[in-house]
Amino acid sequence: MSLWNKHAILEKNSILLVIGILIVVSIGGLVEVAPLYYLKSTIEAVDGVRPYTPLELAGRNIYVREGCYTCHSQMVRPLRDEVERYGHYSLAAESMYDRPFQWGSKRTGPDLARVGGKYSDEWHREHLIDPRSVVPASIMPGYPWLARTPVDARNIATDMKVQAALGVPYSAEMVENARADLLTQANPDDGDPDALQQRYPKALARDFDGNPRAVTEADALIAYLQMLGTQVDFSLYDDKANLR
Amino acid sequence: MAQAAILQKRMTFGEFGLLITFGLLAFASIIVFAKAWTPEYAFHALLFAAGSIAAIFAIGNRYLDRPAELPPETIDGKPNYNMGPVKFATVASVVWGIAGFAVGLIIALELAYPWLNLDLPWISFGRLRPLHTSAVIFAFGGNALIATSFYVVQRTCRARLAGDLAPWFVVLGYNFFIVVAGTGYLLGITQSKEYAEPEWYSDLFLTVVWVVYFLVYLATIWRRKEPHIFVANWFYLAFILTIAVLHLGNNATIPLSLFSPKSYIVWAGVQDAMVQWWYGHNAVGFFLTAGFLGMMYYFIPKRADRPIYSYRLSIIHFWALIFIYIWAGPHHLHYTALPDWAQTLGMTFSIMLWMPSWGGMINGLMTLSGAWDKLRTDPVIRMMVVAVAFYGMSTFEGPMMSVKAVNSLSHYTDWTIGHVHSGALGWVAYITFGATYCLVPWLWNKPGLYSLRLVNWHFWISTLGIVLYISAMWVSGILQGLMWRAYTALGFLEYSFIETVEAMHPFYVIRALGGLLFLTGALIMAWNLWKTVTAAEPQSDVEPRERVDAPRPVLVPAE
Repeated sequence: MSLWNKHAILEKNSILLVIGILIVVSIGGLVEVAPLYYLKSTIEAVDGVRPYTPLELAGRNIYVREGCYTCHSQMVRPLRDEVERYGHYSLAAESMYDRPFQWGSKRTGPDLARVGGKYSDEWHREHLIDPRSVVPASIMPGYPWLARTPVDARNIATDMKVQAALGVPYSAEMVENARADLLTQANPDDGDPDALQQRYPKALARDFDGNPRAVTEADALIAYLQMLGTQVDFSLYDDKANLR
Repeated sequence: MAQAAILQKRMTFGEFGLLITFGLLAFASIIVFAKAWTPEYAFHALLFAAGSIAAIFAIGNRYLDRPAELPPETIDGKPNYNMGPVKFATVASVVWGIAGFAVGLIIALELAYPWLNLDLPWISFGRLRPLHTSAVIFAFGGNALIATSFYVVQRTCRARLAGDLAPWFVVLGYNFFIVVAGTGYLLGITQSKEYAEPEWYSDLFLTVVWVVYFLVYLATIWRRKEPHIFVANWFYLAFILTIAVLHLGNNATIPLSLFSPKSYIVWAGVQDAMVQWWYGHNAVGFFLTAGFLGMMYYFIPKRADRPIYSYRLSIIHFWALIFIYIWAGPHHLHYTALPDWAQTLGMTFSIMLWMPSWGGMINGLMTLSGAWDKLRTDPVIRMMVVAVAFYGMSTFEGPMMSVKAVNSLSHYTDWTIGHVHSGALGWVAYITFGATYCLVPWLWNKPGLYSLRLVNWHFWISTLGIVLYISAMWVSGILQGLMWRAYTALGFLEYSFIETVEAMHPFYVIRALGGLLFLTGALIMAWNLWKTVTAAEPQSDVEPRERVDAPRPVLVPAE
C-alpha cells in the first residue's frame, strides 16, 4: 500500500501539511462564494429597491445594535404557510443593500421581512415600550429607552459615505443632505419632504414616535420597520422572469 | 554580585519589541479615548490603554526578576516544558465556562419569564444571547483549545513551546479579546453577524493574536524530536489555519473612522449571507469539531492507555472532514433567496459529511478496544466516551436536518437550538471536561484528582441536564414547526404566531432546568479541580492509572 506511505511525506513536513490543509479547505468556499459575484441570476432584476434613507439606516443600525436577529428572521421562504402568513417570499434583490444581511436563523418572534405597513406607528411605539401591553402573551423584551434616547445623527453622512464606497448607490447629493433628510423624515413639517421623496422614492415621512420635540431612536427604528418589505410592488413582479 | 548579574542580562528582541509595541498601543488608545465618537467606544479605548500599560509593567517586571539566561529548551536531555500558559488557559476555560453557562441559564429564563429582561438595555435578550454564545464557544472552548493544543504539541513533539513571551501573548491577548468582545455586546457594540459579533477593532486585535498563536504552534512543531507529526496536531493545525481564513473573510469590514466602533461589511445581502454561513458553519466545523477532535485523539488514547484504533482511518477522517466541512454552509440558508444551486451543493456535502464524522467517532470509540472495563471504573473516560457518542449523534442529526424537506420544518425553530446543544454540551463540553480532568493533575503534579466520586456526580447531573435540554428543544421545535404550517379543514392557517409562542412556555422552563443542572455539574467540577490543585494529597480514591504497576505503554506515533 504505497499510497498510505506517501502520507508520511506530509506528516514529516509541516510546511507541506500547512499548504495541503490550505488547499483542501479553500476549494469548497471558492466554489460556493465566487459564482455569486458573477452569475447574473444571483440577484433578481426588479424595480423599486432603493438604498435606505438616513433615518431608516439609523433605525437599521439600532436593530443591529440590539441584536434583533437573535429572535427575528427577515426572510420569507417560498412555502405555502409562510407566504400566507407573511406575504410574498423574499427576493435576494430586497436585501442587496443590507450590510450586514439580517436574514436571521431563528424565529422566536415572527418574521419581519414584510412587517412594513402591517401595524400602525402607535402600535409599534407601544409594543417597543411594553410588548405585553399590545400582545399579552409576547415574550419580547421591552425597549423603553429607545423612545427616550435622541438618535445619534451627527455622523450619519459618514455612514452613507462608507456604504457608497462599498457600492451602495448613494449619490453625493444624498450624502450632502443626509442630516437634513433624517430630520425631515421624522419631522416633515420642519423640512422638505418632497425633496426627501425625490431622493428616496416612497419614503414615509411622519412623526413615527408621536413625540414632535425630538427625533428619537424609536423614530428611526419604527421608520425602518415600516419600510421593511414594501419596496417591491408584487402586483407588477413577474416571478417567472427570474427563474434560476 | 547582584548588580553584575543584572549588567550581564540582555533584553531579548521580543521583550524590547513588545515593550515598544505596547507603548505605542497605549499611546494610540489614549488618543482614541479622547476623540471617540461614543462613550462605549471610549470605554474600550480605555481598556486597551489599561491592558497595554499592564502588559508593559508585566514584561518589565518579568525582565527584572528573571535570570540572565532564558529557560533552557532541555534539562538533562529531557524537554523543559513550558506549562505556565497552559495552566492559565485551563483555569480561564473553567472560569469562562461557568460564566457562559450562567449567562445561558439567564437567557433561557428570560425566554420563559420575559419580565426578567427588566427593561434594561444591557441585559436584554438580544445583547445577552451573543454574550452566551461567545462565552461558551470562544471563551470556554477557545481557552480549552489553546490550553490543550499547547500541552499536546509540547508532549507529542517532546519540545518546549516556542517563544518566550509569545505563548503568554497568545493566552493573555486572547482573553483580553474576550473581555473586549463581551463587554461590547452588553454596551451594544456588535456586527450582528452570528458568532462573529465583535466589531472591527476587536477583530483586528484577534487577528494579531491568532497569527502569533499559529507561529508558536508551528515553531514548536519544528522543534520536534519525533520525525512524524502526531495526528492530534494535524487537527489543531487545521483548526488554527482555517479559523484564520474564515475570520478574515467574514470580518472584511470598513470602519467609519478610527474613532468609531461601527463598521460596514464589504459583502452585502445574499453574498454576505453566504460568506457568513461559510464562516458560521465552519466555526462549528473547525473551532468546535476539528480542534476538539485534536483533543479526542490525544486524551482518549492517553487516558485509556490504548493506541489510537486505526491510523489509516485517522488519515481518511482528517482529510475528508476538512475538505467536506467547508461546503456545508449553505444548509443554513435553505429555501432562502440564496440561489438553489448553492443550497443543493450545501445539502449534498452536508450529507456526505456524515461519513467522515462517523469515521472519526468510530476511531475514537474503538480506541477503547480492550479497555472498555474502564468505563465502569473511571468516570473521566466515561465522560469522554459519552462525548464521542454525542458527537456521533449530532453529526447524524446535522446531515438529517440539512435535507431540504426536513429543514423546511426545522429551520427557524428550537430544533436547531436543541441540535446545537447536543453538540455543544454533549460533545464539546464533555470532551473538554474529560481533558481538563486529565490535565489538571498532570499540570500541577498531583497524583490524581481530588475525588472521582465528584466526577461521577458531575457526569450524572450534567447528563440529566443535557437530556432535559435537548429533548425539550426537540419537542418544542417540532411542535412549533408543525403549528406554523397547520391548516384548518377550511384551508386557513390554524394558529396565529403568538399561539405558537405560548405553546413553547413549558419547554422553555424545562430547558432552563436542564441548563441549571448543567451549570451545577460545572460548579462541582470547579470545586473538585480547586481541591485537586490545593490539596496536598488526593483525599480518597486513587485514579485507576496510578493503581497499575505495569509499564506504561508509550503513545505510538501515527504512521
